[in-house]
Amino acid sequence: MATGLLRRATTTPAVISPISRLLLSRLHATEASPPPQSPTTMKTFQIYRWNPDNPSKPELKNYEINLKDCGPMVLDALIKIKNEIDPSLTFRRSCREGICGSCAMNIDGCNGLACLTKIETSSTAASMVTPLPHMFVIKDLVVDMTNFYNQYKSIEPWLKRKNPATTPGKEYLQTKEDRKKLDGMDECILCACCSTSCPSYWWNPESYLGPAALLHAHRWIADSRDEYTEERLEAINDEFKLYRCHTIMNCTRACPKGLNPAKQIQQIKRLEAK
Amino acid sequence: MAMGVTGGQKLSGLQKQVLNLYRGFLRAARNKSFEDRHQIELIVSEEFHRNSKQVDRKDFVYIEYLLRRGKKQLDQLKNSDTISLSSMKVSGAESKVQ
Repeated sequence: MATGLLRRATTTPAVISPISRLLLSRLHATEASPPPQSPTTMKTFQIYRWNPDNPSKPELKNYEINLKDCGPMVLDALIKIKNEIDPSLTFRRSCREGICGSCAMNIDGCNGLACLTKIETSSTAASMVTPLPHMFVIKDLVVDMTNFYNQYKSIEPWLKRKNPATTPGKEYLQTKEDRKKLDGMDECILCACCSTSCPSYWWNPESYLGPAALLHAHRWIADSRDEYTEERLEAINDEFKLYRCHTIMNCTRACPKGLNPAKQIQQIKRLEAK
Repeated sequence: MAMGVTGGQKLSGLQKQVLNLYRGFLRAARNKSFEDRHQIELIVSEEFHRNSKQVDRKDFVYIEYLLRRGKKQLDQLKNSDTISLSSMKVSGAESKVQ
């Protein structure tokens, strides 16, 4: 009994300091060699599987891969699993460098792009990969983005002018200062990591536009060349479309491009109040 | 897909949705040419009848999935650029191509 207690007392500090371990691994991550603490390089991935062609309950399937002959990112592991273990594993991917936004998924409980998320090497625990939360699954890690894209479409994401250009066929010019106002908005790649991490969006996906669509709404409201600012503000001045945002800030935490949708929504609210 | 269409029996919400979808397909087919309309009606009714026999009536998750897929296909069919519907057999499993 006493030895049991003693043993537990000695082992607990190692268990309750995942943060320090995480920091350690971050420091090591820049070096080429893997952290020396882990003698084994085998890593288990728990991946969500559901196939509509032979319908059964969705399940988490385990795949074990050797990290020594695998790239550093989660997407590398997924591609390796698909190539070598299970060709039926389905997921979206394209650019493998965080510019297309195809491989958005939930990795270890956090939304992110598989191509920009490093494989967790500091712990031997399995990594869990699931589709984006609260989205309809089409197959395995592929979700139905129809509603998300329709919401983006509903904010009319294109330049709208009342006065035609003075010289037809030429671009509309804008000052460097005006261009700077669009920084932090036009980098959005519409991966849906932010919207699907927002509890408010989970409960009202039909009526609340979600952080991604609102960020783009503000991108066009803030554009100096766009002349429909008033109309755009009026179109989203709605209890559900805009004001379901309760500044939970999950969107900012989730954004793999380091943008701040919550701040842009705040700017819209400020403009609406004027 | 759990369609007990017997007179007087009260239909569940899901059953109504399925019947509505079927109706939507038949209505969309009316806007196509005569032969294509016949072809569409054949494929659609075959698909609905097959699923009504094969799918477990309590498998709501799967029925809802089929409903969403059907709605998407209906939206495609409603488009005036879509002129016909065809299906092909792929080793036992059936898939639809537009």
